[in-house]
Amino acid sequence: MTSLLPLSLALFQDVAYEHLPPSSVSVFLVWTIIKLILFFTIYMIAAALGTLAERKISAWIQDRHGPNRVGPHGLLQPAADGLKNLMKEESLPGQVNKPLFIMAPAMSFIPALMVWAVIPFGAPMHTRWGRLDWVLADLPVGFLFILAIASLGVYGIVLAGWASNNKYSLLGGLRSSAQMVSYEISMGMSLIPVLLLAGNVTLSAVVIQQARMGVWNALALTISFFIFMVSSFAETNRLPFDLPEAESELIAGYHSEYSAMKFSLFFIAEYCNMFTASAMIATLFFGGWHLPFTNDYLPGGVPVWMSLLSVVWFFAKILFFVFFFMWIRWTLPRFRYDQLMSLGWKIFLPLALAYIVIVASAVLALDYFGVPRDWRFGLAMFAMNVVLAVLVFVVLDRGRVISPASTRVRLEEVQRMRQMSRRRALGQADLSRGAGD
Amino acid sequence: MAINVKVLERPMGEVSYVRATLKGLAHTFKHLIDPHKVTVQYPEEKWPISPRWRGTHRMLTDENGKAKCVACGLCPTICPSNCIKLVPGEDENGNRYPLIFEIDEFRCIFCGYCQEVCPEEAIHVGRHYENAEYSREGFVYDLERLTAQTHPVSELWDPADPKGE
Repeated sequence: MTSLLPLSLALFQDVAYEHLPPSSVSVFLVWTIIKLILFFTIYMIAAALGTLAERKISAWIQDRHGPNRVGPHGLLQPAADGLKNLMKEESLPGQVNKPLFIMAPAMSFIPALMVWAVIPFGAPMHTRWGRLDWVLADLPVGFLFILAIASLGVYGIVLAGWASNNKYSLLGGLRSSAQMVSYEISMGMSLIPVLLLAGNVTLSAVVIQQARMGVWNALALTISFFIFMVSSFAETNRLPFDLPEAESELIAGYHSEYSAMKFSLFFIAEYCNMFTASAMIATLFFGGWHLPFTNDYLPGGVPVWMSLLSVVWFFAKILFFVFFFMWIRWTLPRFRYDQLMSLGWKIFLPLALAYIVIVASAVLALDYFGVPRDWRFGLAMFAMNVVLAVLVFVVLDRGRVISPASTRVRLEEVQRMRQMSRRRALGQADLSRGAGD
Repeated sequence: MAINVKVLERPMGEVSYVRATLKGLAHTFKHLIDPHKVTVQYPEEKWPISPRWRGTHRMLTDENGKAKCVACGLCPTICPSNCIKLVPGEDENGNRYPLIFEIDEFRCIFCGYCQEVCPEEAIHVGRHYENAEYSREGFVYDLERLTAQTHPVSELWDPADPKGE
């Protein structure tokens, strides 16, 4: 059996990152505090500016100018919004469950912040104090941590919906939990091929694996990428999956009863989630902080300027995906609830499962034939991926109407349904005529 | 699937959600980078208004700076919203003039009848619309304020030239 399975522990260790501890505890402490302040400040400011970016991008897409009155080009708009929300009256409706009602915004906000802690932002720096890395907590279970915490965010929404004691809020919360449950599974499943390639659940290891293979996971595992991206849209409640707050049906869904800063916190949480999801996509599928055509992934670290460059490169990727989130939002209309469910359960879940099998067999076969895990491995995966992507996006996708998102509808089936509705309409017309006489 | 859902006929061999999405993304991106924006930046730029626009009133004056009004009482009579208050007076030469002439711009419906009916072409509705006030009392324009207005007056509808060309 062992001869059939050449996946030895040494191989995993080869792919995994050699964790060299920083030189001393004091350096570690100081550097961690610096990183804490730096990253969470950047994060909060970015989330605030995200609201401005959203409004600007929506405006430009709709041929408008967007906010441009507060500060140059409206840059101080987030500050004005924040001030407004702080000054507004905090309304506490009589029928709400007060402790839960107050707790809910924090519950949705904190998980969004927590995920940020495990994302590696840059190549480790080689300084005279030893190796300094750009991740707050390089957890050995980075992946699982993210999956666990990201899905905790739904508690805030469900609690808000429940505590508001309002039918629209409750429906919003219900939808959110249903959506989260459906997409959490395909999201987790879509990550397994990434793990199979990396052979490790640390996020740094995924970045290094992509650097070694010389091909981004988005190109080697496009279907995983696609499923993960769509699922993260659903997980962050962004359009086209913003059913929990669908304005046209549910007023504002789970935050109908919220006002002032508590509402604002939900809003910020949404943007934080978006940034986190973008960081995840960038790390897992777009090479993370790895600068192309360099050896910055080698253990021991790189010079400071290169390390800083890799941080900038990583943030550029994040910003692109934040933009992409907004771009999609202002392009696609909202899904119907049954379409959302059938997309998650009937398409993504089987697709992800089948893809795991395919990728696992491919990895096993490539290892069996002794293909080293470098550019050759990446090339083989890329070649397989091209075939599969064409199969899924061109052949399988064709003929799939959006209306029942899961199934192909045959023409005779459509005609049958049309006939049925016509007959029904006729019957109603007869009825009304009879009543009129 | 529910029975009563409306089903549209689609060319089944050609539809594809992914490609439709990409097409949509391309379309929105085109608008995103399009420098032409439709917004009018209001306080700085304004839409041109029609020469027949009926807005804030204006009382024209004669060469002595006195209101042309002869207090004939036609405008308060024809006013459908009863917003003109006129108290006539007469000087020693027997010329009638308004002692009080007030228009409540808040009640006014800007029909322009006062301008049409005025025999002296004294009262006019004007090409002007920015008349916000902090109180309701501020909307009652007296004679002094009506004569002090400087905006252009609106043109009457000409039956010979119905489109105003």
